[in-house]
Amino acid sequence: MPTITLLGPQQPIPCLITAVDSLGIRGRIAAITAGWEERELEDDELKAHLRGKSVNLQLWERTERVFERDPELLAGLRTRKERVLRLQEIYRMRLGHLLEAARELQTWKGYPDDLEPEQEDAFDLVRRLDRHQLEHVDEVNQWFFERYQLAEREDLVKHREEVRRLVEDCEAIAIAGGHVGVLLTRLRLFGIADLARKKTVIAWSAGTMVLTNRVVLFHDTPPQGKGHPEVFEPGLGLVPGLVALPHARKRLRLEDPLRVQRLERRFAPDICVPFDPFDRVDFDGKTLKLAERTRKLERDGRVTFSGVPA
Amino acid sequence: MSVETAKPITNAALAALLKGEVNRSTVETFLAGKQFPLVDGDTVTFVFHGRADRVALRHWIFGLQSSQVFTRAGNSDFFYLEFKLPGRSRVEYKLEIERGGNSQLITDPFNPNVAQDPYGQNSVCYGQGYQFPEWSQLDPEARRGSLETLVVKSAAMGDERVVRVYLPARFRRRAKYPLVIAHDGDDYLRFTNLKTILDNLIHRLEIAPMIVALTNPANRLVEYAHHEPHARFLVEELLPVLDKKYPLIDRPVGRCLMGASFGAVSSLSTAWRYPELFGNLFLQSGSFGFFDIGGHQRGPLFDPVVAFVNEFRKEPKKLSERAFVSCGVYESLIYENRSIVPVFQSTGMETKFFEARDGHNWENWRDRMRDGLSWLFPGPLSMVYE
Repeated sequence: MPTITLLGPQQPIPCLITAVDSLGIRGRIAAITAGWEERELEDDELKAHLRGKSVNLQLWERTERVFERDPELLAGLRTRKERVLRLQEIYRMRLGHLLEAARELQTWKGYPDDLEPEQEDAFDLVRRLDRHQLEHVDEVNQWFFERYQLAEREDLVKHREEVRRLVEDCEAIAIAGGHVGVLLTRLRLFGIADLARKKTVIAWSAGTMVLTNRVVLFHDTPPQGKGHPEVFEPGLGLVPGLVALPHARKRLRLEDPLRVQRLERRFAPDICVPFDPFDRVDFDGKTLKLAERTRKLERDGRVTFSGVPA
Repeated sequence: MSVETAKPITNAALAALLKGEVNRSTVETFLAGKQFPLVDGDTVTFVFHGRADRVALRHWIFGLQSSQVFTRAGNSDFFYLEFKLPGRSRVEYKLEIERGGNSQLITDPFNPNVAQDPYGQNSVCYGQGYQFPEWSQLDPEARRGSLETLVVKSAAMGDERVVRVYLPARFRRRAKYPLVIAHDGDDYLRFTNLKTILDNLIHRLEIAPMIVALTNPANRLVEYAHHEPHARFLVEELLPVLDKKYPLIDRPVGRCLMGASFGAVSSLSTAWRYPELFGNLFLQSGSFGFFDIGGHQRGPLFDPVVAFVNEFRKEPKKLSERAFVSCGVYESLIYENRSIVPVFQSTGMETKFFEARDGHNWENWRDRMRDGLSWLFPGPLSMVYE
């Protein structure tokens, strides 16, 4: 399997080209900027950074065109989204209570001999709820794919074929960030997971999240609400064993060991990787390789790189 | 000459100064390198050093005597005042200096923190735990929105109105935006730094990209006091112009009226005349005067306001889907604002009420912008990772 490379955000200083060069990519690169939504084609900087070698697959624009001619598909996606939103609402209600219990036990000082297994059980309940939510969302997705048979929808098939040909002519696929839900839906509509298995893939920000087994939404200090991290949807599953946390410096309170512990413990045995500019993880199909200064969250609440506190 | 104090002094440095000889040299040593007022837990210490017959603190905290007299240290020209201020408070004040029979209000020469308002400058005291809203300051990383100026002819008002329109960064004709119509728009821009706040919060994905129409009154206390022509101007003249010119979400959920003080009255009154046209209300320190018996003591300017609020309280109706209401607990209007929240809720309006330890001023209203706008128009923070 070709390498998949996950990078930190490309702002303010992009380092994508360094990864491209290090992977020995000389040919064209299929760029996916669908997460930028209506700004999808404002990719001049990206093109220039890739020395003019990128070809934008225009997945967002293509989807809009498909929707215009295939309103049934649009209605189906809306129904899917509404069902997922309903599930999310219920999930959040349950999640808040379970996380609160786990948080309380985390700092409780009573009965030290009995506490650890109870703490573990509290986290296990959270893990079970997360699994349950992902299974439910997956069921909704399966319902959508069975009901709307993407391979039989004329307009979509035409665009899928164009996209397939464009990707075939490219040596690698670059997946930018943006709106993670919009990006994931477009990647699924165009069957990018299958195409990506044959190509070198480089992704950053939301692009890293969608390649993993589960997309985790997070922000420790939102203006409203408690900022509980939540599982959103199953990802494309191309990079297992890793939870991608892009823009960590802005979004996570990594200086708070209790928060770090909670994240690590909840998503174990997957490793939680905070991605900031210049961070990098390579996956060769078997092993995850973190670059020298790329960090991960530890069970004891530390954030480390190469075993050293970051 | 040491000083005997009637009350024990909380601040250790001040207590030490007063125990010894208070003269120019010891006072200057005491003042050196300190930021005033001094804050020790819930005690705040103000000082003044200079020629004066009497020094007093003038503030606008409802519930405290508006003038608090400083104590002179013996026969020196050093004055001090300690008083209790609950945590997270923010208080605007001036010093009243009496000298030779003349009285002068000045900002505190020992405090660099000042707040601007339409009447000038006040000194600002931050109680322990007050968090300055860093999101109100220029963020070089934040993409900048723009301001356009519209001139709208108004038959209702019999003149032309200048309206500034904020467009978010990355504004696109193809997208649809929520609309906030703000009263006292230029004051919001000048005294709350509203444009910077919008740029920052949109950039941080905490609020939805939005269009804000910043209106200004010609005769504020009349036009904002439950004035039918002004409501007609906003809804029947300004809104169609904005709808035609900008890509707005064409549903109540995408519309909001915002205002502070009398601007909040005008927002509420407009929503009352055109119920459920605006899905959102952002009401800051509303001058919602009313009475349960007898009359009101707020003066004739409040007559139409009180009549309106009394009528609304008598027969409440749903005006919008959501309302964010905020008020300072040091304002005389806190009672009125606390009272109106259950009235909203009784009609099915989803209402969020925020009480701040602050007064009736623009920086109080600035400090609530993130809470209010992010609740009414949440941004895609959890979904977008660029």
